[in-house]
Amino acid sequence: MSQNAFYGFETLAIHAGAAPDPATGARATPIYQTTSYVFDSADEAASLFNLQTYGYIYSRLGNPTVAVLEERVAALEGGRGAIATASGHAAQLLALFTLMAPGASFVASNKLYGGSVTQFSRTFKKFGWDCDMVDAEDLDAVREALAKPTTKALFCESLANPGGVISDLETLASLAHGAGVPLIVDNTMASPYLCRPFEWGADIVIHSTTKFISGHGTAMGGMVVDSGKFDWAQNDKFPSLTKPEPAYHGLVFYETFGDLALTVHGHAVGLRDLGPAMAPMNAFLAISGAETLPIRMERHVENAAKVAAFLNAHPKVAWVSYAGLDGNPYKARAEKYLGGKAGSVFTFGVKGGYAAGLKLVEACDLFSHLANIGDTKSLILHPASTTHRQLTEAQATAAGAGPDVIRLSIGLETAADLIRDLEQAMAGL
Amino acid sequence: MNHDAYSNDYIRDILAQVKTIAMAGASPNWNRPSYFVMKYLQSKGYRVLPVNPGVAGQEILGETVYGRLQDLPEPVDMVDIFRNSEAAGAVTDDAIVIGAKVVWMQLTVRNDAAAARAEAAGLKVVMNRCPKIEYASLCGEIGWSGVNSGIISAKRRKLGA
Repeated sequence: MSQNAFYGFETLAIHAGAAPDPATGARATPIYQTTSYVFDSADEAASLFNLQTYGYIYSRLGNPTVAVLEERVAALEGGRGAIATASGHAAQLLALFTLMAPGASFVASNKLYGGSVTQFSRTFKKFGWDCDMVDAEDLDAVREALAKPTTKALFCESLANPGGVISDLETLASLAHGAGVPLIVDNTMASPYLCRPFEWGADIVIHSTTKFISGHGTAMGGMVVDSGKFDWAQNDKFPSLTKPEPAYHGLVFYETFGDLALTVHGHAVGLRDLGPAMAPMNAFLAISGAETLPIRMERHVENAAKVAAFLNAHPKVAWVSYAGLDGNPYKARAEKYLGGKAGSVFTFGVKGGYAAGLKLVEACDLFSHLANIGDTKSLILHPASTTHRQLTEAQATAAGAGPDVIRLSIGLETAADLIRDLEQAMAGL
Repeated sequence: MNHDAYSNDYIRDILAQVKTIAMAGASPNWNRPSYFVMKYLQSKGYRVLPVNPGVAGQEILGETVYGRLQDLPEPVDMVDIFRNSEAAGAVTDDAIVIGAKVVWMQLTVRNDAAAARAEAAGLKVVMNRCPKIEYASLCGEIGWSGVNSGIISAKRRKLGA
């Protein structure tokens, strides 16, 4: 009996989820710019609304262009299924929505993108969700937080934004599973080309597809990817999947859909009732971007390594936090989890603190001063005065965004040009 | 047969050759998994005969319900089992008796001893899988829901396959 064919990452990046259009033969994935879809019959409509068959109803719940991207990213991560959302933040909301309830809590690493810290610690409180932020290097603290009876999940970033911290995914997965909860990993900064968290035991992966997957700074989007391997029925923590769902006529998702349960729930209840669907045009741009993800990531990393080495030797630079550099405390984890390729977003400290940081950012010509990462263009930012501004100074410092910190997202320009731009900007400090 | 990992070819052959399916444990409630699967398989052209002693004589989705496999009025190609793993043993033995060619146990249902008896009698066996999910995966339809079908092809997919 022949085993199923195995395809390489580059092949999946181009083909997974897509096929020539059945009606026209169009080879590129068409942009299905439609809100809704006709029913063949009243009975078919009933089957669709009852989730008894597969098909499209309304683009808030699903769209053919968006579905191609969902399957594409699910395949690249080695997952069972995925739910596309309007943004990475919406993906975090949607993933947790299925697991959480008022009075429930989850544990998160304190080394996260500043926007996530604010979403988790302030805005989610309005839903009655509590987030316990811990230092994920302190395993006793993680264990203790996970042991709370209200805990539903453990959340971390594979390669954390912006501090260059690499999470010990294998250890965190085993701690989460010991507590009967899934490990959720934001894999935005690494992209599935550098890191596939499911291979280390993670259960759910989150992406902001706005970043490397889409890759050109043109399209907002997010993704929840489910490994399909977590046993939701091992305890009573996840009634949305294991008990009759009141928002779906008493349907039991895990019993009915097995390892597709989280993916189906995310569409049928999450997108249906929260509404953050991805736009078809944005899905199209992300599909096109994903096709070149492998070669773009290679060049992103190559350029980042050159720029990091330059900064590391510069007299006006206090420190560089890039896991690809010798002596970096996360170099071993970069080898283990990222294949030795430490991504292209990292931070460094300028001598002269907050004021010098602001001056440097403004003096760059080629680097764009803006709040994004994962673009073809190189980007520069002073997190303490921008992305991490809502945080307390202690939170910002814990997240790797103290007053002297500069964040770079290295793009695909000629590396020597990037170095020259930083050199001239620092000459003025 | 490795019952931990079936090839697409193995599943595709079964779903292509089977025409008539007895569904053991079929439920008349619309929100039960068996009802979902029966309705879907009917829409794909399969004849599904429901078996459930609790509602024998009633109808589910236009088909008469029978009390046990031996009561079916016609031969079936496959028996799809919506019972727990232990109960699946006796249903498998009945499937062998009535001359079914395939025994299919649903998601979470697995009985290796029963599978060995069925295979010794020349039947094909699938365990811990759902024919609705497998059919939809093989025709690519499952990707409509964001699920990873695992299918890679540069050929145009057939409409309504």
